[in-house]
Amino acid sequence: MHALTLTFTDARVYSGFEEHATHFAVGILMDSHAINDLKKLLGADAVLYRPEELLLYEYDGSVEIARPNCVVFPRNTKDVVGIVQIANRYQIPIIGRGAGTGLSGGALARQGGILVVFSRMNRILEIDVENQRAVVQPGVVNADLSVAVAHNDLHFAPDPSSQKASTIGGNVSENSGGPHTLAYGVTTNHVHSLEAVLPTGELVRLGSPALDSPGYDLPGLFVGSEGTLALITEITVKLTRLPETVKTLLAIFDTVDDATETVVDITARGITPAACEMLDGWTIRAVEAYVHAGFPVDCAAVLLLEVDGLREAAEQHAEDVADVCRLHHAREVRVARDARERDLLWKGRKNAFGAVGRLSPTYYVQDGVIPRTKLPQTLRRINEIGEKYGFEIGNIFHAGDGNLHPIILFDAREEKQFQRAVASADEIIGFCIEMGGSITGEHGVGMEKDRLMPLLFTEDDMNLMRRVRDGYNPTGLLNPGKIFPSTKGCGEIHVRPGSVAGASRA
Amino acid sequence: MSTAGATVSSRLADIVGPLNVGTDPAQLAAFAIDDKNPSSVVRPQSAAEIVEIVKFARKERLAIVATGARTKLGIGLPPRQYDIALDMTRLERLVSYDPGDLTLSVEAGISLHKLGAILTEHGQFLPLAAPYWDRTTIGGTVASGVDGPLRQLYGTARDYLLGMEFVTGEGVLAKSGGRVVKNVTGYDIHKVMIGALGTLGVITRINFKTFPMLSSSRAFVATFQTLERACGMRNRVSQSHLAPVTMEIFSPGVTNLFASDAARRIAPTSMPENIFSGSRWIFTSGFAGNQNALERYENDLRKMAEECGAVDAAVLQGPQLASAFALKREFIPLALSSSPAVTILKISVLPRQIAEALTAATREAESRHLPWVAIARGVGVIYFAMLPAESGETSKQLTHQAADNILSACAALGGHVTIPWCPTGWKDTLKVWGLPRADFAQMLKLKKAFDPHGLFSPGRFVGGI
Repeated sequence: MHALTLTFTDARVYSGFEEHATHFAVGILMDSHAINDLKKLLGADAVLYRPEELLLYEYDGSVEIARPNCVVFPRNTKDVVGIVQIANRYQIPIIGRGAGTGLSGGALARQGGILVVFSRMNRILEIDVENQRAVVQPGVVNADLSVAVAHNDLHFAPDPSSQKASTIGGNVSENSGGPHTLAYGVTTNHVHSLEAVLPTGELVRLGSPALDSPGYDLPGLFVGSEGTLALITEITVKLTRLPETVKTLLAIFDTVDDATETVVDITARGITPAACEMLDGWTIRAVEAYVHAGFPVDCAAVLLLEVDGLREAAEQHAEDVADVCRLHHAREVRVARDARERDLLWKGRKNAFGAVGRLSPTYYVQDGVIPRTKLPQTLRRINEIGEKYGFEIGNIFHAGDGNLHPIILFDAREEKQFQRAVASADEIIGFCIEMGGSITGEHGVGMEKDRLMPLLFTEDDMNLMRRVRDGYNPTGLLNPGKIFPSTKGCGEIHVRPGSVAGASRA
Repeated sequence: MSTAGATVSSRLADIVGPLNVGTDPAQLAAFAIDDKNPSSVVRPQSAAEIVEIVKFARKERLAIVATGARTKLGIGLPPRQYDIALDMTRLERLVSYDPGDLTLSVEAGISLHKLGAILTEHGQFLPLAAPYWDRTTIGGTVASGVDGPLRQLYGTARDYLLGMEFVTGEGVLAKSGGRVVKNVTGYDIHKVMIGALGTLGVITRINFKTFPMLSSSRAFVATFQTLERACGMRNRVSQSHLAPVTMEIFSPGVTNLFASDAARRIAPTSMPENIFSGSRWIFTSGFAGNQNALERYENDLRKMAEECGAVDAAVLQGPQLASAFALKREFIPLALSSSPAVTILKISVLPRQIAEALTAATREAESRHLPWVAIARGVGVIYFAMLPAESGETSKQLTHQAADNILSACAALGGHVTIPWCPTGWKDTLKVWGLPRADFAQMLKLKKAFDPHGLFSPGRFVGGI
């Protein structure tokens, strides 16, 4: 660790907070000169450093907490370069942050430092309807871009459930997914080029709006690097034509197995729906009590399926999908008759995490991925693990691409419960890996799953990734303590007690 | 063979067995890159053997070029040093294939053709319709970054590659990604290996997403008097809800290319006369779906073509469709066999700039009396082939001037141009990798992390990496 000098003797801002001292490798003392420099650069209204102002920024959507020493709000790329230069001068960590909706602690100041919040860099700089490109600042909210181009019959396809709040810069950093990534791909499939400020202060342009930029695919590397390689200051994205026809179906099942077998069969038949989401009975009841989306509360599972495209194709696919559901004993297959019905079904899905939040003081959402053929046995295993540890585990997830989101409800005020929750989550993830899967499908590794990386990657694999990181982030000042397991012991997860994590996301 | 050479080959024989090391001149010549022969050809059969070979090469400071079917070794600058040709074709196992999951893991040396046959049995395919399809390997296709007609709908390898295993310049076997269709664990290192021309590592295994075979497909073809009108048709389609599988514009000369003997071997079925003869620009777009969808595509495309001023139109299916697809997939090899000094520019611009970029290119070629043909993908990637009648110094100079001007014209549009194929002797003057790149310093950092000793394909890639 650099940066964590405890040698400053003059006036300081102290923000290592005693009650959670374990969250920091070392508490940071930040030089007031650094604060003054930041104020001079950005103006006093763009720098927060009083403990009560920082409180909000020690959270994101995950169960992690870590408080920055100060929070800054750049207005343009030049500001970002200036912030990075100040951070370098004082050897203080820098961490980028969009809306703070992330689910793995990617935008938390794990080792203190300057949190660079992009909410004021929220302009759509250019919309090129003809070439289906848009240039945006990182703080543009995901859904706002789609709204801005809707009248041109276009949209920005990545649609994380947080899309009404989360920023495109955050989506790019985490390579966010969403329900419709089944057919449309994740964020990286929709990014052409980036402008970024490296931790050294260099301003770089990676890739180009035209395809096949000569040389290495640097945007491909930087998208999804979880804010450890650069601060992204501008993004050129692809805009996708809105489908002519959308058909949304709700298939209702009396057993979880029937629902999962349906997903396996749809995949095996080569039908690719635009979305294929599953909610189990427990989750449905939580959602219905909150949203009233019209999900039947007495069933074991529902599949929320969407097919889209040309009218002629979508109609046929909707019939095909409904047939497969019935073949696997769907009690009922409902087709949304209009946009209102469709929106209601999606409202139920997208607000599910908010609904769950009403039921438990704390919950823990996992993000494991499995090959889709393994869905039935994996859901059975999750159920067994819940019983073994005595937890309710809800399941609401992107079934079509095998991306699970088991929700473990527990009370973090009880230390033992918390430890059991972590143990059960680890067992679920362990099973995903056993099935040939992965530890995160769309939430990122961040500070939540760094300790799990060795389950998938060898020391050699991770060393190469570290070398890549060190090439761009040589001092390690940018977003330290993320992705790669620290040298600290395993089994350390930080949970903020008595609060609800991550409402309406995943 | 020199004593040093004999030592090298005997050490390599220790790793792969004497039968899998080649040193006789004829063998070496078959692996030549830009007239430079390696001193040994090695045929490993496992990643573990490659690790040993790389470690040995590192110690002896030997340069390695991994090769597949050797169909695209002409791409890039001449290697600065070339000692070992690493023939990857013995690594051709199907590691795992789960049709139910639509995921696949293969060794890099398997041919697209062989893999295609396996996938077809299960009603699936990989949308890598790359040139030299009958023999090219999957590793070579990915490493060279060549594209194919299916990118209109499916994108490129980066859009369906799930993970990779490779050997770094330190002789370390590493991997990234995984085998599941959605995964954000760790850096997407495999993406930078695509199109890196083997300068970062030796790809040993690749995991892909596979796709269900298209139910029923056809292609719409229309001819236009001018490039602008053909591009107008492209724009019209892209503004509609149609989602074609392929979309290309062929220049007038392409029909001659497609009528050559080489072309007839690839595509024995003859094309409709009214379309594939004469001096018009050809717009073509493949589409697929159920009967109703096919009719919809056909009707809409016919109507759009009329509105855009098409001279003639036809719909291809069955053997004609297969032949037309093979021809456009094999455009590069067909162009390369059509003149003694072919120079092919790859031009990338925004889709709406295709007409402007191609107009500039044709002007530069025609003002120097250089015959040319071109194929433009609807996504904004143009292959522009200049076909001088002879390979002498005059042709070189004219081609050089034309290429330079095309480079400048496309740079002014915000696009970029590379010259993947040209005579070896012309590489000293032609800007093979285009204009210097602002992000070059960032590329060097990557090279240093993967191959700090510069063992892999030294000098061949962008900026002489």
